[in-house]
Amino acid sequence: MASHGIEIKGLYKIFGSNARQHVEAVRNGLSKAELNERYGHVLGLKDINISMPAGGITVVMGLSGSGKSTLIRHINRLIEPTYGEVVYDGVNVCGMNERDLREFRRHKTAMVFQKFALLPHRTVIENTVYGLDIQGVSRSESLKKGQYWIDRVGLSGFEHHYPNQLSGGMQQRVGLARALTNDADILLMDEAYSALDPLIRVDMQTVLLDLQAELKKTVVFITHDLDEALRLGDKIAILRDGQVVQQGTGQEIVLSPADDYITAFVKEVNRGRVIQAKTVMKPFDGAADGVRIEATTTLEAAAKAMTESGQTKATIIDEAGTPIGTLDLQTMMAAMVTPAGSDASMMAAE
Amino acid sequence: MAICEFLPRAFCRFPAISDSTIRQLRQVIDDGFRGLVREYGYIIDALKAPLQWFLNYLERLFTTSPWTVVLIVMLLVVYFGSRSIRITIGTAIGMLLIGLFGLWEDTMTTLAIVTVSTLIAIIIGLPIGILMARSERVQGVINPILDVMQTMPSFVYLIPVVVIFGIGKVPGLIAVVIYAVPPMIRLTNLGIRLVDKEVLEAADAFGSSRGQKLWNVQMPLALPTIMAGINQTIMMSLAMVVVASMVGVGGLGRNTLQAINNQFFTFGFLNGFALVAIAIIFDRTSQAFGKRLQRHTEVVHG
Repeated sequence: MASHGIEIKGLYKIFGSNARQHVEAVRNGLSKAELNERYGHVLGLKDINISMPAGGITVVMGLSGSGKSTLIRHINRLIEPTYGEVVYDGVNVCGMNERDLREFRRHKTAMVFQKFALLPHRTVIENTVYGLDIQGVSRSESLKKGQYWIDRVGLSGFEHHYPNQLSGGMQQRVGLARALTNDADILLMDEAYSALDPLIRVDMQTVLLDLQAELKKTVVFITHDLDEALRLGDKIAILRDGQVVQQGTGQEIVLSPADDYITAFVKEVNRGRVIQAKTVMKPFDGAADGVRIEATTTLEAAAKAMTESGQTKATIIDEAGTPIGTLDLQTMMAAMVTPAGSDASMMAAE
Repeated sequence: MAICEFLPRAFCRFPAISDSTIRQLRQVIDDGFRGLVREYGYIIDALKAPLQWFLNYLERLFTTSPWTVVLIVMLLVVYFGSRSIRITIGTAIGMLLIGLFGLWEDTMTTLAIVTVSTLIAIIIGLPIGILMARSERVQGVINPILDVMQTMPSFVYLIPVVVIFGIGKVPGLIAVVIYAVPPMIRLTNLGIRLVDKEVLEAADAFGSSRGQKLWNVQMPLALPTIMAGINQTIMMSLAMVVVASMVGVGGLGRNTLQAINNQFFTFGFLNGFALVAIAIIFDRTSQAFGKRLQRHTEVVHG
């Protein structure tokens, strides 16, 4: 199944009885606080424009109240937009009638929830085939598919347990298996791992990355954790007060944060895991000595390769294997250390 | 009182509508009511007929079958409902004692009417409860009606029931259903409204239609509460069969009524205890059954 991207265009969401009337005022600069004070309406999302690439993971990051969960619910229209479009495969989801929307949800999207939202009276396997039940697929067929995905997420042997016999991490594996069994192109993950403890979270991130490498779905992942965003996201959009403050790759955000807010966020990040070798390498000087490292390798992985082989220099190669630059430990360490402040890093860059 | 000397009359004695006006009002309403009943008697009879048939059928089945057969069937139902030996043995002892004191047949009559009225209350209550859960407006209309139904003394609505349906078993049955149906409606409504919003959202996200949501998510998750409603309905119909004996329902209720009229102390209490025994059997069995339905919630991961 070919993946399609999702285009969010000029999306506004205002909560309140007369939401529609206030869109124009908000567009012309009415602030969230003013809107609430003067009209008793709450601004959820303001002029969101995000292009989510087909077959890639788009992470929407923001703190609580930033509107990220509201945004993801617009993609399958669990929340009605006040204004704007969500376009998938040439069709505006926001313009669909009830039947088309139901078909869209059944066949094109699958969702994983923060609090798992499993059906407590159904066993693991029955939960897994829930989406197929809704589609009207016969049990003999759906159980086969369900079993496959239960095995893939590592829950073999737990098919006939009830959800609350399982730990949080295992319950979310069921949530993931339920979503994957739907075999939909779009995978919506609403803070899917936020309720899990750190080790299990990293574990589940690995599960997702491994599956994604093979499945190439269009994934939208919501999180409040920048490390998680950087690890998973092919593209990251950072949301604050219902607006996108910056979007780009993890590297772009870490290296050139758009404002103080993001700078503050990025400060604590492990840069070695985000910045790629090609970003900080020096131009190729003709001497191909040291370890050969691919251009997209992260600095951390590069440092590991260099220390393991006892070298202090590395040659950066592109996909074809031709050398394109060099990297020494000194440069690498400088790039991996968090700059003292945004000003200092700006000056250093200039 | 002395204070009345200074006050206008209307402030002291309540200015009630005059007796003659009220008499006229009553006459108009009562006559209108009777007229309606006479006019549409055939509809009322048509309504009564299936109930009469069902009730008679069940009563005959219960009373004419040999007591051994009835007892065995009853014990099987209790056992497979509750899966509890204790409740089953308790039931056996209770029923044997009832038989020993010569109340077997009356008890069967009461069982028949309680069974029929509970079934009818479920058939009526469940869909109304579902409708209420789905619409605020329906809830707004039905809730006050239920309030009136539950606070109105049961003797009072025996009157319209008798005026419309006359004296007999079926009017009694209808009175019992009216009395017993509110908890069924309320608890169905409550159960559906209490279903976890997140699970409902998940159902929506996977593209469930309204019907699929109702049968896959709302009803199963509301079932424990609905079972509590059924339990309440059974208890209330047991209480009401005694009152309904005043309009011609037989069984243990009529015995109790006779005992009151004739001051048969022992006889009255024996019938009372028989009702208690049946109530306990129904209650324990339906509760154990309800608990078994929600086994999945019991084993919680630590």
